[in-house]
Amino acid sequence: MQQQQEKWDWTTGQRKIGDFPAWQDRFSYMEEPYVSGDGEKIAAIVKTEDETFTACVNGTLWESQYDNLWHLCFTPDQRALALVSDMAMWTVAVDGTAWENWYEFVWKPCFAKNAPHITVAAQKELRYRALTNDVPWENEFFALTHLTVSPDGKTAAAVVQDTKLPEADIEKFQESGFTVAINGKPWNNHYVNIWELAFSANGIHLAAELRTSLYDYTIAVDDQAWKKRYAGVWAPRFHPLDHSVTAPVRMAGGWGLAKDDEILWDPKYVQLWHHMYSPDGSRIAAITAPEYGKWTITVNDRPWKIRFTELVTDAVFSPAGDRVGCVGKTEGQWYVAIDDQIWGTGQDMAWQPVFSPDSTHVAAKVEKNGQFAILLNGRPIDMTFADAWQPAFSPDSRKLLIRAILPQNQGGHYCRIVLDVDSVALSERRPGNA
Amino acid sequence: MHELYKLASGIFVWIAILGFAAGMIGRLAHLALTARKKDPVVYQYFSLYYALRSMLHWIIPFASTGMRAHPVITIAAFVFHICLIVTPLFAAAHVILVMESWNVAWWHLPDPAADVMTVLVILGCLFFLIRRIAQEHVRYLSTAGDFVLIALVAAPFVTGFWTYHQWYGYETAGILHMLSGELMLLCLPFTRLFHMALWPFTRGYAGSEFGSLRHARDW
Amino acid sequence: MNQNNQKDTANNKNGIYDVGIDKGASRLTPEKIRKVFDALVETEGGARLRAYTNACVHCGLCSDACHHFLSKDNDPRLSPAGKVKQTISRILNKKAKLDVDFVKQACETVFTECNLCRRCVIYCPFGIDVAYLMLFVRRGCHQLGVVPQYIQDTAHSHASTFNQMWVRDDEWIDTLQWQEEEARDEIPDLRIPIDKKGADIFYSLIGPEPKFRAQLIYQMAVIFHMAGADWTLPSAPGWDNSDMCMFTGDMEMTARLKKIHFEAAMDLKAKRIVMGECGHAFRSVYDVGNRTLGWKMPPLPMVHAIEFYAEIFREKRIEILEKFDRPVTLHDPCNIVRGRGLGDEARYVINETCSTFIELEPNREHNFCCGAGGGVINCGPPFKNKRVESNRVKADQLAAARDKGAEVLIAPCHNCHGGLEDVIHHYELGLELKFLGDIIYECMKKE
Repeated sequence: MQQQQEKWDWTTGQRKIGDFPAWQDRFSYMEEPYVSGDGEKIAAIVKTEDETFTACVNGTLWESQYDNLWHLCFTPDQRALALVSDMAMWTVAVDGTAWENWYEFVWKPCFAKNAPHITVAAQKELRYRALTNDVPWENEFFALTHLTVSPDGKTAAAVVQDTKLPEADIEKFQESGFTVAINGKPWNNHYVNIWELAFSANGIHLAAELRTSLYDYTIAVDDQAWKKRYAGVWAPRFHPLDHSVTAPVRMAGGWGLAKDDEILWDPKYVQLWHHMYSPDGSRIAAITAPEYGKWTITVNDRPWKIRFTELVTDAVFSPAGDRVGCVGKTEGQWYVAIDDQIWGTGQDMAWQPVFSPDSTHVAAKVEKNGQFAILLNGRPIDMTFADAWQPAFSPDSRKLLIRAILPQNQGGHYCRIVLDVDSVALSERRPGNA
Repeated sequence: MHELYKLASGIFVWIAILGFAAGMIGRLAHLALTARKKDPVVYQYFSLYYALRSMLHWIIPFASTGMRAHPVITIAAFVFHICLIVTPLFAAAHVILVMESWNVAWWHLPDPAADVMTVLVILGCLFFLIRRIAQEHVRYLSTAGDFVLIALVAAPFVTGFWTYHQWYGYETAGILHMLSGELMLLCLPFTRLFHMALWPFTRGYAGSEFGSLRHARDW
Repeated sequence: MNQNNQKDTANNKNGIYDVGIDKGASRLTPEKIRKVFDALVETEGGARLRAYTNACVHCGLCSDACHHFLSKDNDPRLSPAGKVKQTISRILNKKAKLDVDFVKQACETVFTECNLCRRCVIYCPFGIDVAYLMLFVRRGCHQLGVVPQYIQDTAHSHASTFNQMWVRDDEWIDTLQWQEEEARDEIPDLRIPIDKKGADIFYSLIGPEPKFRAQLIYQMAVIFHMAGADWTLPSAPGWDNSDMCMFTGDMEMTARLKKIHFEAAMDLKAKRIVMGECGHAFRSVYDVGNRTLGWKMPPLPMVHAIEFYAEIFREKRIEILEKFDRPVTLHDPCNIVRGRGLGDEARYVINETCSTFIELEPNREHNFCCGAGGGVINCGPPFKNKRVESNRVKADQLAAARDKGAEVLIAPCHNCHGGLEDVIHHYELGLELKFLGDIIYECMKKE
């Protein structure tokens, strides 16, 4: 990705793309637009004159039209993808070209961050499987959930049911009906329930969050369940380098963090979830509630001082792993917080902050009174938008890419805006008055 | 006899008062600590305003729907509880005793009033006793302890009434009055009589959850 | 389900065989039962448990607050305090023997003879929360593995699919698209927006809607469309706000269900969650589930459909062409009226949409439960007759409104619909049952 991002156009300036304002008149029906990561494409699902559906990308319609089309998005390598249907059968269409395998339904396209592979869940005659790059798994199952792909995108795993469960048979259910399938090949062991799955960085190992009875929760790594049973667990994560596994676990009424079945953080938290590793694996951050109804970020078992009363979400490490950002909410107002500092006044909504590759800058999209703005290092950039997407920094951290739709009074165009981070005009107004 | 009188008017008074105070404080403190440990939500949702709002609707006769649906019990319960608390605190004999012992005094009830109120408490006990036996759904709930409790409450009033009217054996009745009064006081924190101390908390918490969280009335 | 040949082992209280109760209990010993309940009291039995059980003076003033007690000829075992006496009081009495029969009976009592409706709380002078005490015993039953079969199966569905009805991920999306297509015959541009990031409203509903009542999704889509709402539904699990796990005592699963529900809305960056006409789900998302996760209040504003309807009428975002002209009455659902005080809002919406309104007596906070709530209807067919017979008082209440002229009964709650449908049928009341959304959809301007 980093390599790809170097190829993006980082020339400072503003460029209109796709003549977006004209679309409204052109189509009788149009859904909300989506834009590519590099900002070069804008697309929307539209209805054609033949009462069929297709995607409009930068003003050009896909050649194929469909009875239905949903889940329009862009892949990490900037291709437009949608799930399409004809004659009540579904498949994936990429840049307008449909896959060869059609199913009664397809859903949940998954991509790896750094790879071109596409995996999707599919159902035909109530049998379930996944397909990667239009190649279906050999085995099919009675159920398939929690589809997940490895960091290189080549391996897919899902929670599956390989025996049919008779209706309302509670005994049989508790004898364990679920297992995990990796590229279609199931694990040997079955569990009462399995939920979130996590791949190791090298894509070789897989950890799963599960319960072995209605009461006993634990983690299994490569089909080997941990020995201890907990009152609760949340999604596991692999250490990026040594492939050890950590997971939030509940003991004696509190949440802590366990590493390879041993307690790493004492279970003293009212809540602890969405833990994550810094890229070098030296630090772990998590969303926690050290007290009932008081939310914050905890890094290496040390909670920040700030507390949000309603929620904390969208936690993220900087690429260098030295900084942590998140979004929090107190008394109905949304805030961005970075390294234990809250940015200015409240917003109607705030999105996950984005760090520059060298970790020195942070940008975040916020919404106030129906207008969107980008905050840079805590202050709003002096522009407001009718809509905006997540900002992105150039690989050298000097430029900021904003993908946004200008307000109606400025023509309502979709624009790709590249700003020089050091000379960007920041509003004198406090953030939040954007 | 005299020895017993000395005990009942001396050390037993202290045991009863101290036992009552320590028991009340101890049990309420224990409850508060348990709540902190196992029920932290209780503190989170407790709201003084809504607690008082709820209590007000349950301390005023006929202010709650349930009270209006059961007028006889409502009247009996209010009269009984008021007389039960007011009579011992403001009976002239009690106020004089306290003044003689500790030289503090307060307003006291005219004797005929205290007399009537004592009778009302005794009648109240009878009412609750009969209700416990006669009403099937109350009888089903009743335990032996509930009957003992009625006796425990009635005893100081029956003996007090007896003593005041100086009927046969009133000297013995007087000692029994003291002993039964002290026993009741001592038992307050350790029996179901403790409901009087719990009421503000259970009612208050119900009022808080209903009022501040659920925006609803609990009366 | 082998019901006949196993009847001899059935719960000796009512002779109802339930595989979850009877088979579950058959695996237990008195020692195990005592151990599990003692451990539960030790770890989770806090100040409320003590205060409630110690404050009760056995006065019986709660008795006639309970529809089970009233409907079954004042059976003293069915008064709220009577149910406490038979269950939690014995558990707290360390000397009492807790044998297999006790567990079976206690399980049947707490799961099928109490709707957790909290009506008794407002008749108890002490405000004792009997629902809390019954739920405490249910949690013990869950830990013992003694839970009625059908509600346990629902809990299994929640754990496996994150919805109540074993609805598969694809089936859910397919249903939305099917309803969108149907609705487009009526309103060509109508959309059921799936995964629309940044939408103002995240709409959540309960499993039975896509499974059995997809028409309700259609109707709500039309209401959203005409009100100009910016709304969305998630394609992934989290769309179901219902929760039978909180009623089986599986609070760990309740936590998991609410986490995924709220996080689905947070991931879509919705500003608030509007939910369909459901009561128990409201209790789960507004009162119970958020607490199990450490959220004092729901992390995003939770707006019940009634509040949303009231809002769009107040803001004149929707127009009624002609008011519904048959006389209506309203059943105030426990979980949104005693649970959220929405009685006045419901009446406001009825006033905006219906020409004749007849009150049920009693009403608002004092209304009688439908008999289905608290997971009772989810205990399924084995307990259906018992459930309906335990709500004769509801039938009497409805009959009185019908005699005053009511033809249509509005119940803005799914569970209530289930319960009231059975009551209406069993007692031959001849009332038609509707959601508020049914009335709005029927009477609103759709062009």
